[in-house]
Amino acid sequence: MDQIALDIPKLMFLAFAGIAVVAAFNLILQRNPIYSALSLIVTLCVMAALFLMLSAPFIAVIQIVVYAGAIMVLFVFVIMLLNIREEESKVDRQKYLKWAAAPMFLALLAQVFAVIRYVDAQAPPIQSPNAPGVNPADSLGTVESIANAMFTTYVLPFEATSVLILMAIVGSQLLARREKKEDIERIEEALAVEQSEQELAHRTSEKSNEEVAA
Amino acid sequence: MSSIIESIDIYFLLESLIKIAIVFVIGLLSPVGMNWVERRTLALIQNRLGPNRVGPFGLLQSLADGIKFAFKEDIIPLAANRWLYTLAPIVAVIPAFMVTIVYPFGPEIDLPFIGKTKFYVTNFNVGLLYVLAMTSLGVYGIILAGWGSNSKYSLLGGLRSSAQVISYELSLSLALVGAMLQAGSLDLVKIVESQSGWGGMQWHIFMFQPLGFIIYLISAIAETNRIPFDLPEAETELVGGFHTEYSSSLKFAMLFMAEYVNMLTVSVLATVIFLGGWNGPFVKEIPLLGLLYFFIKISFFMFLYIWLRGTLPRFRYDQLMNFGWKVLLPLALVNIVISAVIGLFVY
Repeated sequence: MDQIALDIPKLMFLAFAGIAVVAAFNLILQRNPIYSALSLIVTLCVMAALFLMLSAPFIAVIQIVVYAGAIMVLFVFVIMLLNIREEESKVDRQKYLKWAAAPMFLALLAQVFAVIRYVDAQAPPIQSPNAPGVNPADSLGTVESIANAMFTTYVLPFEATSVLILMAIVGSQLLARREKKEDIERIEEALAVEQSEQELAHRTSEKSNEEVAA
Repeated sequence: MSSIIESIDIYFLLESLIKIAIVFVIGLLSPVGMNWVERRTLALIQNRLGPNRVGPFGLLQSLADGIKFAFKEDIIPLAANRWLYTLAPIVAVIPAFMVTIVYPFGPEIDLPFIGKTKFYVTNFNVGLLYVLAMTSLGVYGIILAGWGSNSKYSLLGGLRSSAQVISYELSLSLALVGAMLQAGSLDLVKIVESQSGWGGMQWHIFMFQPLGFIIYLISAIAETNRIPFDLPEAETELVGGFHTEYSSSLKFAMLFMAEYVNMLTVSVLATVIFLGGWNGPFVKEIPLLGLLYFFIKISFFMFLYIWLRGTLPRFRYDQLMNFGWKVLLPLALVNIVISAVIGLFVY
């Protein structure tokens, strides 16, 4: 029993990590944007499973609610709305990116190794939040403990983030409005031009009529 | 990690598997029963008979339909994206069934022969969020069905559905926040237990959440794409909406099943959060009554769905959007503020 108990989490981790990596590769390699979006959704869901294995149920569920359930729905919605079928070949313009990719990849690899090598891998003691006699606020990754941390220790960064989001909302609103105003002006201009042309045409026709009459 | 894994014993595993099997069968059978009730009730409302030939009172009609689904030729349209067309029903049905494991049917009851049994598969710290997460994943089934069919009606249905679900999910989740504040937990079982006062009648709908309940109910109907919010499959405009290209094969059956299980989930959530779950008079004395109360409450919501379908006309699309964003969302926010103030003074 003990042997199995030790192996199951490792096997599960390997399975989830494998799926995540395959889906992430698929995300980059697919030409069709909707397949890429779907791969990203798979990656996000598997990441949620990995969070769950690290006994962070709240983050796992939020990962699905926010990213897979809301943001990606918007992505897919836009892809469907614009009906983008295949990625147009813009390879020529982005050729220099190929040369930037290799050092970036190496830097990332170095970072991963540094994390594995130097960061203390000792996980904090994990208690099941449903176990008897455990205060949910004390066990890691529950709603209570995250809320406690968020509204006591990290209240300033939290509020700053909300201000940032508010700024983003106001900014997008401003952009949308400005475009609309310009549109209205353009339409009004076009209408005015058309009207004056019509008037001109009307006048000339009147003139010609008068001439005919004369 | 090891501490969690080691605490699993074989009896717990066996018990969970049996419970999952039972809940799965309930999930599979509920659309069948529900469909029969719906067709007979609609017929009553519309002054006709409804299916009454197959079996007594037409009870076996749904079974006959199921058999027909299984044996009909499975046609994939030539222009459709085969891969997504096949994937969509699966994507729709899996999250729908994944939610069933947190349905709290009843309290822990001392059964003869078996001993103490919890009438739910599992409960966890973030149960409510888990339900919301799974329902939000379910929309992909509809979107993919609409896009993968490669037909204008399906695409429009899929687009409408995603816009609608994004809009109404907000007010749906926000409507639950007030009750969450009062219960002080996201665990569905704990939320139910928090409503056990007043001889089992201290439900959140009475305790300061009537507004939240109404907002939730309206959003839930929109979220499950039912009349009067059934724009994704409005037959007068879009033939069948996102499932136009699904001939009556098993794929259609899966989409159908996902829709009904989602309706069940939404009803369970309404029961658990606002109507006290299994709570009711004399549940403390006779715990088995809890199961009956739970069933009655869910049946009420399921009946409400049918009732609305029989009585109300469909919204226009812009009305739907305006209603979601300009009425329900502000009301839900107001409800949160009210609940927070009440929470400050009462709890």
